[in-house]
Amino acid sequence: MIAIVDYQAGNLASVRKAFDHLGHEAAVTAEAEAISRADKIVLPGVGNFEATTALAGPLQEAVTEAIDREVPLLGICLGMQWMFESSQEAPQLRGLGLFRGECEKFPAEVKSPHVGWNQLQLRGVSRLLRGLPEASFVYFTHSYRAPLVEDTVAGCAYGGTFSAAVEHGQLFGVQFHPEKSGTAGLQLLRNFCEL
Amino acid sequence: MLTKRIIACLDVDAGRVVKGVQFSSLRDAGDPAELALTHGLAGADEVVLLDISATYEHRSTLLDVVRRTARQLFIPFTVGGGIRSLDDAAAVFDAGADKVTVNSAALADPALITRIAHRYGSQAVIVAIDALRVSNGNRSGISFGVKATGGRHSTGRDAVEWANEAEKHGAGEIMLTSIDRDGTRSGFDCELTSAVVNTVNIPVIASGGAGAAEHFVEVFREGRADAALAASIFHLGVTPIGALKQDLVAAGIPMRWPC
Repeated sequence: MIAIVDYQAGNLASVRKAFDHLGHEAAVTAEAEAISRADKIVLPGVGNFEATTALAGPLQEAVTEAIDREVPLLGICLGMQWMFESSQEAPQLRGLGLFRGECEKFPAEVKSPHVGWNQLQLRGVSRLLRGLPEASFVYFTHSYRAPLVEDTVAGCAYGGTFSAAVEHGQLFGVQFHPEKSGTAGLQLLRNFCEL
Repeated sequence: MLTKRIIACLDVDAGRVVKGVQFSSLRDAGDPAELALTHGLAGADEVVLLDISATYEHRSTLLDVVRRTARQLFIPFTVGGGIRSLDDAAAVFDAGADKVTVNSAALADPALITRIAHRYGSQAVIVAIDALRVSNGNRSGISFGVKATGGRHSTGRDAVEWANEAEKHGAGEIMLTSIDRDGTRSGFDCELTSAVVNTVNIPVIASGGAGAAEHFVEVFREGRADAALAASIFHLGVTPIGALKQDLVAAGIPMRWPC
């Protein structure tokens, strides 16, 4: 069972629908207990980094405890940003710190938010992105972006290059929306299901 | 790089796709869910479904259509038409939409934009503006007036000014329709489009007048639109999306193609 964490931040139905389509059981849940029992965890999220305060407490504990047991975790959009240390969008909050660095605004030279289809610049070997060709198009919609780190497996160019996907062990994060990225996105989610 | 987006729009009345000319005279063009899937597979970057009946008795039909359509679409799906409250928006999001468009209701109460954006994020709220050219009398040049309720009522507002206000209230994108050009297949109104693009920082979707690939080239180049929307030319097979995208690639417009 894939647990999709509901912390009141975004359209969870799309994510669940994508897993349904792929034939994998997924449930949207706000229960720490369900997260603890999950085989895999998805942290979705759109909107402001402030929304991650809803994760503090039992949900965060269930997630970090599952991480210790090496349960695969996929952060999507805001969910991925929460896996970093912090975001300038809500500097008083702390993320999980699984990846180094702080999420930042786009520079003034480009329109923000970054909305639409952009391309992945693949880096190194990735289980999550297996089978995706270089320069695959995926769908982004965000105003803040995560820095490039050692664990970046895909960059994206928009106002400089930022992390489109990060991966370390059983931890995965994507800035774009795989549930909205057509066949490339479904392939990625299939890879996650088959880990 | 970030590409320009080609958006397929389905105007829906009582559960069927219809298409009008300059906002009047409708004819049947098919089942929304089937057409949406076809367009998605053909390469549409997004699908928009607009409920043009927007009467109370057709609301549940609409939600059923949204559910059926969302089930098989894995690209961004926007729904609009008759969304007058946060509750209306919520029902549409629950049925599977990723974004909503608001038009007349936002003009009447711009705080509606903020309420929806606050709950679902700005990226989920598109403000749709229907604009008509207005000659300026003494002053040289053209301005663009805003119409409400499916183009039936003049508001006395200026489209550029309203677009800016919508952005300030939290709109994530503007969907800008030229009433003059809608359904005519004579090209988008690039002056209208660039007038708005040049003053807002959020994406602008051009709509109204698409007839051929060169119209899209113009609206992306001269109009500076971030996305362009069309309806009947796709439903009726006049301009297949794949062929359109190939032409745009050949013209040097950044496109998600092949996909």
